Amino acid sequence: MAHIQIQQLRVSYGSLPVLNDINLEIPDRQIVAIIGPSGCGKTTLLKSMNRLLDLNEDVSVTGSILLDGVNIYDPAMDVTCLRKRVGFLPQRPYPLPMSIFENVAFGPRIHGLSVLSAGGGGKQAEKSLVEHYLRLAGLWDEVKDRLDEPAAKLSIGQQQRLALARVLSIEPEVILADEPTSALDPVSAKLVETQFKLLKENYTIILVTHILRQARRLADYIVFLYMGDLIEHKPAAVFFSAPDDEKTKAYISGEIS
Amino acid sequence: MMPSGNKQFIISRLSGGRRIREALALVSGRLVLILINALALLIFCGLLWKAAPLFGIISVSDWLFSSSWHPMKNQFGLFPFIVGTVSVTLLAMIIAVPVCLGAAIYLSEYAGRRFREIARWLIDILAGIPSVIYGLCGVLVIVPFVAFLGELMGSTTTGYSLLAGGLVLAVMVIPFIISISVEVLRMVPDPLRECALALGATRWETVKYVVLKKAKRGLLAAVVLGFARAFGETMAVLMVVGNVAQVPVSLFDPAYPLPALIANNYGEVMSIPLYDAALMSAALILMLVVGAFSLTAHYTLLKIGETVDS
Repeated sequence: MAHIQIQQLRVSYGSLPVLNDINLEIPDRQIVAIIGPSGCGKTTLLKSMNRLLDLNEDVSVTGSILLDGVNIYDPAMDVTCLRKRVGFLPQRPYPLPMSIFENVAFGPRIHGLSVLSAGGGGKQAEKSLVEHYLRLAGLWDEVKDRLDEPAAKLSIGQQQRLALARVLSIEPEVILADEPTSALDPVSAKLVETQFKLLKENYTIILVTHILRQARRLADYIVFLYMGDLIEHKPAAVFFSAPDDEKTKAYISGEIS
Repeated sequence: MMPSGNKQFIISRLSGGRRIREALALVSGRLVLILINALALLIFCGLLWKAAPLFGIISVSDWLFSSSWHPMKNQFGLFPFIVGTVSVTLLAMIIAVPVCLGAAIYLSEYAGRRFREIARWLIDILAGIPSVIYGLCGVLVIVPFVAFLGELMGSTTTGYSLLAGGLVLAVMVIPFIISISVEVLRMVPDPLRECALALGATRWETVKYVVLKKAKRGLLAAVVLGFARAFGETMAVLMVVGNVAQVPVSLFDPAYPLPALIANNYGEVMSIPLYDAALMSAALILMLVVGAFSLTAHYTLLKIGETVDS
């Protein structure tokens, strides 16, 4: 299980600082919710953990994020390996332009995962792999008869669970989720939340959300950001019942949002 | 009192000068659009009307598939010219398309923003250079180069050839196709790239399996538009292609494309009554082909917009 430690992380876009001196240790096998008002750097913090921030040209990052003791911002770091270990579930699903089956098989294929390369019955192994992850994402029963259809034909709720299956298929150790239910209807959102609760047995899940109630429902641990500063982080029960900081109190009570 | 007074006020204002200006804008806008659309139709009908006398004399199959071009004997087989146009255009596309795809993929997916801006600026300049200048460069550089190449390969050529035409034409359509292709690739939403990269795909895997797949219709449209543009290009090709009315059998043979035929001869041999009609019929072919390709391309371009939205 990969363990994440963030040390003196500073991120800025051009000359605009977004995160100031973040120090944080992520507890393993829990659902960690990053909360805070919009524009406080939640998504930036999340994307810093698998270097998706690199895609932004103006971004500069200092400090370090240790994954099992290895700094992921070390120039020698292989970004594709990192991203395989730290999976990412985006805000909107964006199915890859291929079939439902291929969406799930894409990750294992590019990484040449053991099951596929070792077992002689490649096709059969791939099929059971895809079924496994679709079941894990709670989507199998709805799509098992139309695996060859384009993924774009699924409803957005189904697409988001497909995206979840896609992340799971690369066998990550940590899952980063960026407001994964914000584009979904309540029923689909509930389905995704249920999957998260099941998945935390085996994964560390770090979730950005702007819905306080969702954080209350799901999270074991809360990280509260405000204007790029890490204000408070502690187990969810303590966070909501006995917050220390005035800003936290104001945020929980709805005075700032 | 207030509400009814207000209403009165609004109605009287709208029926004043603003209302007239609004109507004027609407009517004049419509009129201009109708005129532009009518122009295309008028040109088409005009060509058809002027070309019509030809078909009283020769059959359609003689017109399209006969190689005997003897205006003095009333023989107007356009076949050499059609083959000339098609082969010089195809040759240009074979050279240009791989270059354009490579350049567009690099600019859109790999290059930094600053480099991309500078490159696009230069490409826009290239696209705006008058075709005579491309023709001059062709005569001064490409024709001697092709002559040299032909000598190496043991064929006698002046350099004014199919190959020279194809090369000049390729250079001319490259900036045009790159420009559209980059535009098409940038239409693929960034979060989609992010999805593939977040799964641990490399940039190339992302391009190959995701971006190109999503953009393939649009890229095809870029190529088709490039083809249409190359098909009708006149000046630069005319200057280097040799202009001999024969079906070219080797890259070093001269060719005679349709646009060059029209540009070189119209207004010259007016003493032969049907010559005029024959040239008009050539123009008709050009217009139909270019129009059909452009329409197809825009239709497919529209399609990509739809798939990106969904």
